Amino acid sequence: MSAFVDADTRVVVQGITGGEGQFHTEQMIEYGTNVVAGAVPGKGGQEVAGVPVYDTVARAVREEDADASVVFVPPAFAADALYEALDTPLNLVVAITEGIPTQDMTGVKRRLSETDTSLIGPNCPGVITPGEAKLGILPGNIFSPGKVGLVSRSGTLTYQIVNSMTQRGVGQSTAVGIGGDPIIGTSFVDTLDRFEADTDTEAVVMCGEIGGEDEERAAQHIAESMDTPVVGFIAGRTAPPGKRMGHAGAIVSGGGAGTAASKIDALENAGVTVGDTPAEVVKSVEALL
Amino acid sequence: MKMKLHEYQAKQVFAQAGIDVPDSRLATTVDEAVEAAKSIGFPVAIKAQVHVGGRGKAGGIELVETPEDAREAAARIHGMEIKGYQVDCLLVEAAVNFVDELYLGVTMDRGAGRPVAMVSTRGGVDIEEVAENQPASIARERVDPAFGLQAYQARKAVYDAGVDRDVALDVAGVLTSLYKIWDDRDGADAEINPLMLTEDREVVAADAVLNIDDDALFRQPELAEMEEEAAEDELEAQANEYGFDYVRLEGNVGIVGNGAGLVMTTLDLVDYYGGAPANFLDIGGGAKAERVANALDMVFSDENVDSVVFNIFGGITRGDEVATGINEALSGFDRIPKPVTVRLAGTNAAEGMEILNDDLVAVEETLEGVVKRAVADAEEVTL
Repeated sequence: MSAFVDADTRVVVQGITGGEGQFHTEQMIEYGTNVVAGAVPGKGGQEVAGVPVYDTVARAVREEDADASVVFVPPAFAADALYEALDTPLNLVVAITEGIPTQDMTGVKRRLSETDTSLIGPNCPGVITPGEAKLGILPGNIFSPGKVGLVSRSGTLTYQIVNSMTQRGVGQSTAVGIGGDPIIGTSFVDTLDRFEADTDTEAVVMCGEIGGEDEERAAQHIAESMDTPVVGFIAGRTAPPGKRMGHAGAIVSGGGAGTAASKIDALENAGVTVGDTPAEVVKSVEALL
Repeated sequence: MKMKLHEYQAKQVFAQAGIDVPDSRLATTVDEAVEAAKSIGFPVAIKAQVHVGGRGKAGGIELVETPEDAREAAARIHGMEIKGYQVDCLLVEAAVNFVDELYLGVTMDRGAGRPVAMVSTRGGVDIEEVAENQPASIARERVDPAFGLQAYQARKAVYDAGVDRDVALDVAGVLTSLYKIWDDRDGADAEINPLMLTEDREVVAADAVLNIDDDALFRQPELAEMEEEAAEDELEAQANEYGFDYVRLEGNVGIVGNGAGLVMTTLDLVDYYGGAPANFLDIGGGAKAERVANALDMVFSDENVDSVVFNIFGGITRGDEVATGINEALSGFDRIPKPVTVRLAGTNAAEGMEILNDDLVAVEETLEGVVKRAVADAEEVTL
């Protein structure tokens, strides 16, 4: 069993005929991902990387029995692609696209709440079960199969920590980049639930960063309903306040929430070991196994 | 990220949507400001048009009664600096004789993933302070994005906030218009602070904030045209031009990396090992040689920088391309202006390390190593 995907996951790639879509489809197939179809309006009947392309996601699902999609559709059309994926329906949708208008994502998130589909992203590197399948753009060669589940808001920070883990012989059960946008599908809490239920995952690494309150919510969730040990990391301790966070946005989050200090406090109070450096995180998780 | 409109631009949008705003003229010189004041009729407010909050406290707004006072105020405000931004533009506006000031706002509740409309009777002051000290005094209505702000929700927020009942429906109408603007124009934040109530029970937007979601500018051509390159300093302006995410800081260790999380972590590590980061610079995914060269150019031109960390973890970004960019950027110098330490990992990192000219740069294998070395280099320069 795995938290999100495995070698049997049947993947349709939306936007497979674009440059990135094509390149990463080849990379996914090379890694072992079971890519069964592509979906691009007007491009039905073509073939990319040996995979048949259909005009609609519905047809790709009907003909090839796909149950997950990866979205490489440009930002202006991405919300439409996501509505299409959610309506098909699929078990899992992974949105790689960066730069989707925020108001488009509020609509998608609203629709998502009416479905049983999980959406990972947008603006994320995707999800991987090492040795089985990857859905997204994560560089497969740095991962190794093992017992640690990793969830992060940042792609490159994930790579950094995974690379150190692999070098020290600490493998991963699943790694998920949930994305750095303000409005995302799968949250830390959703992912932690998956890891808690996953028999392949014996420890969890959670990498957060400043802004929002998702890490605080995750901390509460860990304290209340997780037995699997968690090691944490928060990026942005030295980031100056107010540089990126919006004016009226600060009203919603209220006082000190969203700072690195608030997130680290919340996690430590929930019994999470928070590393000061990525290297410390790797050592802490190694000690748990 | 969001694009900020000036008050006068936001007021144009608000006025088009039927929200009452005071009579006003835009002035770019002191003479124009005095002429504008005369034609509007005294008293008038002379207001600096800059992309920062807290103008009033900083002396960027003055109420004047005579042409002489108008000239003096305009001369003082025009050209002044507010939080690093120079004032090039003045809004001259009929003063509103108010008896009460309200706050209205629409923004994204990120946690809920939904818009939220807000009303408070504590307008005219820093609303963030109100939010912190008296959160209960701000009435909030979450909006279902599938249906938009309903009229009853606008009324509920206004009544909950305790707005005078005789103007409540008018204020609710303004909130409905504000939400529509936010929704139609891809707003990040839309605010009226203060919304003034006059003795005659009129409701007037005395200030206007409208920030637009950068990612949606492609479908807001009219607003995209209003964008101007207003940055706090030359380097930030340069970063905008190159398309980098860049924030200038106080320290002396320059940082170039890819991916917000990893660059932030690199900053944190510089601090952790006793150094002080000079900047945040994310060159983004798939960075080609030219972008790499531009990034190095930027950190070199920051006079505070004494040493440079160059840390790339390749996913989409390829180590060989990064290395080529570093060589290109540095080969133009007779003498490298500041010591650069490079660490490449991930896709094609080994090829990249091979390409790097180690006469020009120091090379480290780990994240901790590259940071420690740059911190030590910076200390050496400082001594």
